[in-house]
Amino acid sequence: MRPNLAGWCFAGPALVVIAVFFMLPVAAAFVLSLTDFDIYAIADPANLRVVWLHNYVQLLRTALFWKALGNTLYFVVVGVPLSIVVSLATAVLLDSELARFKGAFRTALFAPVVTTVVAVAVVWRNLFHARYGWINYALGAVGIAPVDWLGNPHWSMPAIILFAVWKNFGINMIIFVAALQAIPRELYEAARIEGASATQQFRLVTLPLLGPTLLMVGIVTMAGYFQLFAEPYVMTQGGPLQSTVSALYLMYEQGFKWWSLGVASAVAFALFALMLASTALLLRATRARLAAWGG
Amino acid sequence: MTIPARLLSTALALTLCACSRPHNDLTFWAMGRESEVVAELLPEFERTHPGVHVSVHQLPWTGAHAKLLTAVVGAATPDLAQLGNTWIPELAELHALEPLGPRVQHSVSVQPSDYFDGIWDTNVIDGVLYGVPWYVDTRLLFYRTDLLKQAGFDAPPENWKQWRQTMAAIKQRAGPGHFSILLPLNEFEPLTALALQQREPLLRDGGGRGNFDSPGFRKALGLYVEMFDRSWAPLVSEAQISNVWDEFGRGYFAYYISGPWNIGEFKRRLPPERSHDWMTAPLPGPDGPSASIAGGSSLVIFAKSPRKEQAWQLIEYLSRPDVQERFRTLTGDLPPRRSVWNLPALAADPYARAFRQQLERVRPAPKVPEWEHIEDEVKLVGELAATGQMTVEHAARELDRRVDAILEKRRWILARRGARG
Repeated sequence: MRPNLAGWCFAGPALVVIAVFFMLPVAAAFVLSLTDFDIYAIADPANLRVVWLHNYVQLLRTALFWKALGNTLYFVVVGVPLSIVVSLATAVLLDSELARFKGAFRTALFAPVVTTVVAVAVVWRNLFHARYGWINYALGAVGIAPVDWLGNPHWSMPAIILFAVWKNFGINMIIFVAALQAIPRELYEAARIEGASATQQFRLVTLPLLGPTLLMVGIVTMAGYFQLFAEPYVMTQGGPLQSTVSALYLMYEQGFKWWSLGVASAVAFALFALMLASTALLLRATRARLAAWGG
Repeated sequence: MTIPARLLSTALALTLCACSRPHNDLTFWAMGRESEVVAELLPEFERTHPGVHVSVHQLPWTGAHAKLLTAVVGAATPDLAQLGNTWIPELAELHALEPLGPRVQHSVSVQPSDYFDGIWDTNVIDGVLYGVPWYVDTRLLFYRTDLLKQAGFDAPPENWKQWRQTMAAIKQRAGPGHFSILLPLNEFEPLTALALQQREPLLRDGGGRGNFDSPGFRKALGLYVEMFDRSWAPLVSEAQISNVWDEFGRGYFAYYISGPWNIGEFKRRLPPERSHDWMTAPLPGPDGPSASIAGGSSLVIFAKSPRKEQAWQLIEYLSRPDVQERFRTLTGDLPPRRSVWNLPALAADPYARAFRQQLERVRPAPKVPEWEHIEDEVKLVGELAATGQMTVEHAARELDRRVDAILEKRRWILARRGARG
């Protein structure tokens, strides 16, 4: 009994905070998702109807919901690996013994993370401009026809992905740099004496020892990328032809533009279920791999 | 409650009041450019109304709607506010606004008959007046006089037939890469304006169902789609036109459906050699001059305000023709009162003349809280039809389907109200 009480005393404050600021709102949002709460209900609570799972059923029947899920998955499936590869590549370069001015490069590469999305989006909108943007200018120099990045529904999502990866890779890069520095140098030395090439060293020494870090970075990045919102909000407002409407953007429109808070909560829970499922899948897939690496 | 507790809570309430706003401060929420400029008009009001101090809160347009609704829910509304007139039905539904009918009846300065009918009407929901128009907004044609002349026309079109003829002729002369008209795909206003010109209302059953699958709307959407099909209009949205004024000056397009703020912008931004090559004209209608959008902002008083009398005095002051004229020169916003239009400065402006004619014929959009959501769907389905992914008939049916789904709750509310009496 005694040790138990002490334990509760230590965990208590944190539990109270989590209960009040997380569990309670989530439960309230779930209850909200079972109703048709909207501005009529704000006017008069008698206008509130409990619709049970109707919001969810209706969502599954809405083309835009599937489109938003598709766009979000597109962003996650392409964006997460790309972001991790870029972070890892820059981290390896920064960790290399040949690299000079490491501090300056680390700061420069990390800088996008601390900028505000809205401010850099203005810059990137100009870079992406179909007729006057530098990206098309550069493409033109190597003979590629101009791309209507933000106006063509096929190119809008790649443009958003490029922007998001540039904006976010720095934070993972720093984590990778720290993990790389923790790898004992003797292992590389031993590998070199055994005659391992640079690629072999990377594949057989670096990657296995980065395993747990990679998994953590993968999960955090995926969870973050599923919540795509600010980039399309400031760059395209979901257009053209709703090609950059993400699940969260749909939720924002339903909840804060049209004030259908019941539907918006349902979108939030659908997204939550999707994220939970994909994280579980990722964990299961990588656990087997980690075991094989001995990590 | 014990006495010390009551004392404590009173003291707390007093301190809270003291930090949030000084007593007798009239809080006025305004948006965008108007919120910056209105401060210049207030010293005179404060001088003639001793004891009243107005504090203006500036809201960005993008966040204003959410902020207003949050304020209503949290009972933290200001005394008065500037309100986009399509938001009035929503706030009226929330019982957040003070009916202004009795005050207007006894007012010397606010004369309903002096206001453009269509604009005044946007403030009347189910027969109750909730706002007084502050400035107006509508859409009409900006056009290049020289390009029209080169195509063989001395006057702008008045009906759709002439409009089609001029667009065909301009396109024929201009060739590929240049266009007759610019209709940005991310704007709902051009298509909505064409739809408002039809005899059929856009919603039926008391705003309970869409009426887009009607001959009138199909005709409007038909013209809209035809302009893209025949390459009279480029398939672009606002973001793809870097600078409409430059492109208008270059002759990328000859017609542009836009609003009053562009009078000032065109005067300022067109190159000097183009400064006499443009004019405005009322929007052509199916069979002659017809309706357009009745947009703009109104001034409203909130039902929870404890200072309604002072708030009304401020509205009366801001509605005075001489104050409106000053407001116009500061912002370029067009006034809602005919008497201000008769003042020499505005009467002499050739570019404003078409707006005066158009304002006499504007029509309010359906006054339901869901209208902004419906507008968004009109824009999206218009884009689908313009890019050829739906036929006009299919698009009209699809729009009705989507709008009926949005209005499901409203139908239920209307049925309940009907049942109750």
